[in-house]
Amino acid sequence: MNGTSENKTSGSSRELELYFGPQHLGMVGNFSITLKVEGDRILEARANPGFLHRGFEKLMEYRTWIQNFPMVCRINVIESGSMEMIYSMAVESLAQIEVPERAHYVRSIYLELCRVSSHLFGLWAYSNMLGFDTVAQWAMYHRDLILDLLEELTGGRVYNIFIWPGGVRRDFPKGFEDRIVETLHTIGSCVPDYNTAFFDNRIFYERSKGIGKITQQEAKELGATGQTLRATGLKFDIRKVAPYAAYDKVEWDVPVREDGDAYSRILVIRDEMIESVHMIFKLLEAMPQGPVYNRIPNPFKWKIPPGDTYVRCESSRGELGLYLVSDGGERPYRVHFRTPSYTNGLILLEKLLQGASIADVGNIMISLYVVAPEIDR
Amino acid sequence: MKQNEERGTGSLLRPLKTIGFVLRIPQTLRYPFEPKEPAPRYRGFHLNDWEKCTGCGNCAEICPNQAINMVEIAEIQPKPGMKNERPQLDYGRCCFCGLCVDICPAGSLRLSRDYFHIHFDPKTFVFVPQDDKTDHEHFYPIEQYSIFKASLTHRRQDYEGFSPDLNFALFDPQRVPMKEVEPDKRVLSFVEQVLGYDREEARAEASRCLECKLCEEACPAHMKISDYIKAIYEDQPAEALRQIFEDNPIPSICGRVCMKHCEKACSLSIRGEPLAIRWLKRYVADSITDYQVALEQKTAEPSGKKVAVIGAGPSGLSVAYFLSLKGHKVVVFDSLPGGGGTLRVGPPLYRLPLEAIDKDVDYIASLGVEFRFNTTVGKDVLFEDILKGYDAVFVGVGTRVSRSTKVTNSDRAYLALPFLEQNKLGKPVKVGKEVIVIGGGNVAIDVARVALRLQHIQYPNEAVVTKVVSLEDWDEMPATKEEIEDAKAEGIQFNPGWGPKEIKVADGEVRGLLCMKVKAVFDEAGRFNPTFYEDELMFLEGDMVIEAIGQRADFSFIPQQILEKLEFTAWGKVKVDENGMTTIPGIFAGGDIVNLNLDAVTAIADAKVAAEGIDKWLRRKTT
Repeated sequence: MNGTSENKTSGSSRELELYFGPQHLGMVGNFSITLKVEGDRILEARANPGFLHRGFEKLMEYRTWIQNFPMVCRINVIESGSMEMIYSMAVESLAQIEVPERAHYVRSIYLELCRVSSHLFGLWAYSNMLGFDTVAQWAMYHRDLILDLLEELTGGRVYNIFIWPGGVRRDFPKGFEDRIVETLHTIGSCVPDYNTAFFDNRIFYERSKGIGKITQQEAKELGATGQTLRATGLKFDIRKVAPYAAYDKVEWDVPVREDGDAYSRILVIRDEMIESVHMIFKLLEAMPQGPVYNRIPNPFKWKIPPGDTYVRCESSRGELGLYLVSDGGERPYRVHFRTPSYTNGLILLEKLLQGASIADVGNIMISLYVVAPEIDR
Repeated sequence: MKQNEERGTGSLLRPLKTIGFVLRIPQTLRYPFEPKEPAPRYRGFHLNDWEKCTGCGNCAEICPNQAINMVEIAEIQPKPGMKNERPQLDYGRCCFCGLCVDICPAGSLRLSRDYFHIHFDPKTFVFVPQDDKTDHEHFYPIEQYSIFKASLTHRRQDYEGFSPDLNFALFDPQRVPMKEVEPDKRVLSFVEQVLGYDREEARAEASRCLECKLCEEACPAHMKISDYIKAIYEDQPAEALRQIFEDNPIPSICGRVCMKHCEKACSLSIRGEPLAIRWLKRYVADSITDYQVALEQKTAEPSGKKVAVIGAGPSGLSVAYFLSLKGHKVVVFDSLPGGGGTLRVGPPLYRLPLEAIDKDVDYIASLGVEFRFNTTVGKDVLFEDILKGYDAVFVGVGTRVSRSTKVTNSDRAYLALPFLEQNKLGKPVKVGKEVIVIGGGNVAIDVARVALRLQHIQYPNEAVVTKVVSLEDWDEMPATKEEIEDAKAEGIQFNPGWGPKEIKVADGEVRGLLCMKVKAVFDEAGRFNPTFYEDELMFLEGDMVIEAIGQRADFSFIPQQILEKLEFTAWGKVKVDENGMTTIPGIFAGGDIVNLNLDAVTAIADAKVAAEGIDKWLRRKTT
């Protein structure tokens, strides 16, 4: 590269171009970063997406409204719930479909279960990367318990394919509420263990405190949402700002931290999981009886009136948006997703890596909660 | 920093805390020795109940990954409303979303909890699923099942996972309700009972169609049903009418009285109500005021050939329509004052008003077909003369002579067809206050319901009753369910399982009907041969008896020497070849005198065949 050779002569010591990923143990997935380093300090970072491009947005223009529904969850492999939700919200808003009251509650409970499972997966990734193998295994095990719940509710463990336009695909099986409570208590009883082994662990604290730090102003300017924004002290959560499903039906709080660094972000994630669990309990209590699905039109003849819509929801990674256009046909005319990993992984990451140490690359990347499939759609 | 120090404090003994974990139960499963049981809703490999599956192909249609292909299975005999195709899965493509389960109208396709398949041959991943009901070879009871052998050919019995639920089905099992005149109002006059769909209702009902086309196979005339239903849904009734006229030139009539073989085959009917195909056809016919404008049909160049059609019933009208489109000159003879044949005088006005018939007949006349009504062949014009004067003759005279029970005093009973005919021609019979109708078919129900209306008209505000006596019990009565239900709602009394023995007459007046209990209607060979308990008798009081036990054809208009050459089948029907031609060259036949269905749409199907045959016959002679 031209820049590299120029820098070589101007720099005091040798500059290197370092490829971080996609075949790298510290990488979050099919994603890579090109680092320009001087010693162990990073001068410049360039994120390289595209290893996982499957062309979902284009593909969706060739599939009918119902055929898109089993596919959207694949855009974010780790948390299928919010993707299904956003697609259903968009279709419901375009086609003017009402959702029964109970379905809102089922959706919220399901989405929170997905959020917890996604956070546990994130916790696994973070602790695993920093060498906390025991914590990683706990997190993976507890995530599995939630996958069992999701399997019981939806029939699938990862790609649940559960929320569809008009409501949800099946009601709770018999006794499911009790099993949710039981499982969440099992996981909740381990929070002190997690605290001791990870969150309050001095090694972890030293490694993440002050790392990847941004101010609230910067976070806003760079389009950060979710934990990244909340870790800078701003109470911003789509579930509160523009409530959907049943999020305005029960009392709950948005956890925030002030420092804006990796440590704050992971603590926000922990608090959010705990808040989600409490929210699920409240939702279970307030949930009404009744139908959970308003029948959608015959899928073979389903045409949605022309129009466009932008809907947003809070995924486990931040604001997830969907711009959906219908030209009155049987298929979407245009689909565009606004995914939180896109801003986090492409814009924020490059900025935060400037001046960071090589050892902290994975640390910063995972604290930003980047999921590669969300970037490549 | 204080917080930081706290976090760092701890004794040297702190790591020993982990010793406690040694005593805890391990959280990992020692798979496969400790197998993990999938959830009851697990979405694994497919199961398909071959007996329930109709081969409709909706699963293949909805599959987002085109993982499903319909393949023909040679060992399955296709029945009406069923194809011998079954879904074949490509597990290299399947994403286990289960949309196929939720769209399956029969509810035959489910997912199981099996999910193992390991094989060196990728072809084994393409698989036609069955379930343990029909496939005994590859499904094993739990004690013989081994996880080490698990594959598509080694699966567990009773291991159903994600299964269909009608509340979450992707199709609507309920039809748009049809507005009708209430029973207590409609018995007072001959007002049309069914009011018909309006535009929005018709579109909503049409939107239920899954386009599987099982109905088209079942329709004797093979109408392009899913095409015209789609046109209705797209709010293009003129296009729908064009589709209908491809195969059926009398939609206004058929939209009211068709025996709807299609709806019996409709895949929605398996777990819900069939699509209201007949009412949608009626909607098309009714919503278009002028067929000519909508259809813009042009007849072909005149061929110079003349065809005589005897009988202006559904088969005669259809033959006339198809032949005139081909450029032949058609003359239709009928003894009645208008078109429609049996349908003009049979179906009561509350089901088929005369305007509905005339709409279709007038359109066919507008194509250049000449109708000679009030002309009885054999009397006003001789059959021999027709044979001489025309290049081909089509006979579609129908079965227009009512049979009698021939029991004692049956000469005092009225016959169904003349009774209905007189009423429809505006000369209603004077009915009694207590009418007994003998018969269990649709004609008997028509007679009973007409009699009831006449009773209400002729004896306003008086106590009147109409009773139906039929040999058949409820479950084997040949009349359609909805006719029976409508009749019941109107207050008609049914006496199923009784046969007539004698019409009691005293002082020259009919007093009632003596009935005996039926032992069996059909004999062991399945032929109609009723047997009775002679000692179990019932007396039904009544002052009027009407017999509606069947009809037969009358060929007396054909001279004896020609009739002798006409061959009949074992069922007493006129024998025709694949061109609709009888054993006499140049004479074609169709309708009730040929087929066993005895309905309008089968007559149209016969007419289509005969029209092709006649066209071929005429053109063959010219070359």
